[in-house]
Amino acid sequence: MAAYLIRRFLLMLLTLFGISVIIFGLLRIVPGNVVDILFDSAGMIDPAAKLQIEKDLGLDKPVPVQYLQWIDGLAHGDLGYSYIDEKPVLQQIAPRIPITAELGFLALVFSVLFGVPLGVVSAVRQDEPIDYICRVVSLSGLSMPSFWIGLLILMGAVAWFGDLPTYTDMPSGFFARAWLLLLPAMAVGFRSSSLVMRLTRSSMLEVMRQDYIRTARAKGASVQSVNYNHALRNAMLPVITVIGIEAAFLIGGLIVTETVFNIPGMARFLVESIRVRDYPVVQNLVMVIAVVVVVINFIVDMLYAVIDPRIKIAD
Amino acid sequence: MSESSEFEAELTRAGARTDTLWRKLVFFTRQYPLGAIGAVIMIVFVGAALFADVITQWSPLDTNPALSLGAPSASHWFGSDFMGRDLYTRIVYGARISLAVGIGSTALGCFFGVVLGLVSGYIGGWVDLAIQRVVDILQALPLLVMALVLAAALGPSLQNTIFSIAIPLIPYVARVIRSNTLSLREQAFVEAAHAVGMSEWRVAVRHVLPNTIAPLIVLGTAQLGAAILTEAALSFLGLGVPEPYPSWGRMLSASAAEYVRTAPWLVIFPGVTISVVVFGTNLLGDALRDILDPRQRG
Repeated sequence: MAAYLIRRFLLMLLTLFGISVIIFGLLRIVPGNVVDILFDSAGMIDPAAKLQIEKDLGLDKPVPVQYLQWIDGLAHGDLGYSYIDEKPVLQQIAPRIPITAELGFLALVFSVLFGVPLGVVSAVRQDEPIDYICRVVSLSGLSMPSFWIGLLILMGAVAWFGDLPTYTDMPSGFFARAWLLLLPAMAVGFRSSSLVMRLTRSSMLEVMRQDYIRTARAKGASVQSVNYNHALRNAMLPVITVIGIEAAFLIGGLIVTETVFNIPGMARFLVESIRVRDYPVVQNLVMVIAVVVVVINFIVDMLYAVIDPRIKIAD
Repeated sequence: MSESSEFEAELTRAGARTDTLWRKLVFFTRQYPLGAIGAVIMIVFVGAALFADVITQWSPLDTNPALSLGAPSASHWFGSDFMGRDLYTRIVYGARISLAVGIGSTALGCFFGVVLGLVSGYIGGWVDLAIQRVVDILQALPLLVMALVLAAALGPSLQNTIFSIAIPLIPYVARVIRSNTLSLREQAFVEAAHAVGMSEWRVAVRHVLPNTIAPLIVLGTAQLGAAILTEAALSFLGLGVPEPYPSWGRMLSASAAEYVRTAPWLVIFPGVTISVVVFGTNLLGDALRDILDPRQRG
């Protein structure tokens, strides 16, 4: 177990290193740096001033040196300064993290609350009308763009309350915020719940075909007991992995949903920074996302190894 | 025995009359009603893209200030947008953009994914190890985040959008093809091909590659939907297909939250179109999976 843990941990570091190289490289293959863009929009052409700004921002140094400086800063908790408003990046990202984290958490709760029970019902009543309804609902959930679901929810809010809800001033308490974030969390979570539902269903069906389920039935256990005590428990294993994968899936939903609802979170900030090419912010935000995804997957892998002893033997 | 003749044999055993194409279609429809609905949606979608200029009399680019934010009417079925362009026409022409991006990025992503997966699974050893690390890295970022960064780096254009979506699709394809290749490598017919003196390269291309077609079709259909959704999201965020291309995602962008109040048809029709088309790819993908890869049947 210890060897497995260490190996997985080293692989995780390697993956993060790879991502940092790719992101840093990608943001620098663009012709023209931020200074060119600032100068273009300002209409200034004083070359001396331009060189000075490039020097201040560290853009005169070779790209590998810039990369090492960034990584060195990261290791010391210094994420650099935003090109646009010259504030420390950390100071800008930090207040947005709890908002996005809470929205993501609520969406995940929503997707599990809806996805797992509907998936079970669908599997237990396979090929009955309720199964067809559940399957069509989940497939349509996967087919709708999550920003459009968000827009439909906004439309409902207009019809119901007569106006659009505003999210620009977020209250600081967890529950006060959760109440406000309920609608956007539904928009993000609906899509994920479809995924959870589909996987719960297929995993449940897979388990229900196993010999030990037939044995349990043959020994006189009730259908209910077999379905819930034997099948569901075993079917939850792959579902847990999926919830890990979903962390990545959710982030895509968070980006568009925060934009639709105008929520001052991290995901919308990423889009805004990309639009104005504020690279210090973009590269650090992408790294934050990568760390979150990779760490969640790591934790899920570990959990999986704890729950399912076969993983350890196989490794 | 190839996949298709195996399927034919199964049909005959099941007592199906599949002697003509029509009967085959009827059988498919009965057996997979949801798949048939998906196929019809896809036919309408591709038809709209191919015959856009025949289907609608208006131009997707002509503006008309008098019709700005016009509500749906007899002459403009879906209403018109802020610039007075006919929304129905823009949606029909938008099928071309979605189809181009969907097929373009899926084909590109599948091509590189197949090459990487095949090489990785077939050669094995340190090559496999190296490719798998690259795949890990590419997969660690959510599809949309990767596509966003690529789109920002490359700049907004139709080609760059296709490229930005294709790259994040590669690891998913490479994974599936690799595991498929690993199991194929151990099969008796591959061993036989080696025994009669075929070169490694010939075995890989003539025997292993054709047998990865079935999972590839299943995967490709699923990715087509994902690609269309990602294009919509990119364009919605203003980083995908630029104006004046009539992209469905772009139609929902910018002031969509404001249109929710003032011109709901501008929000409803493009969204319904995206959803129905992706729904079609998903239905068809599920049916194809059941037919071509019965082990995965859910």
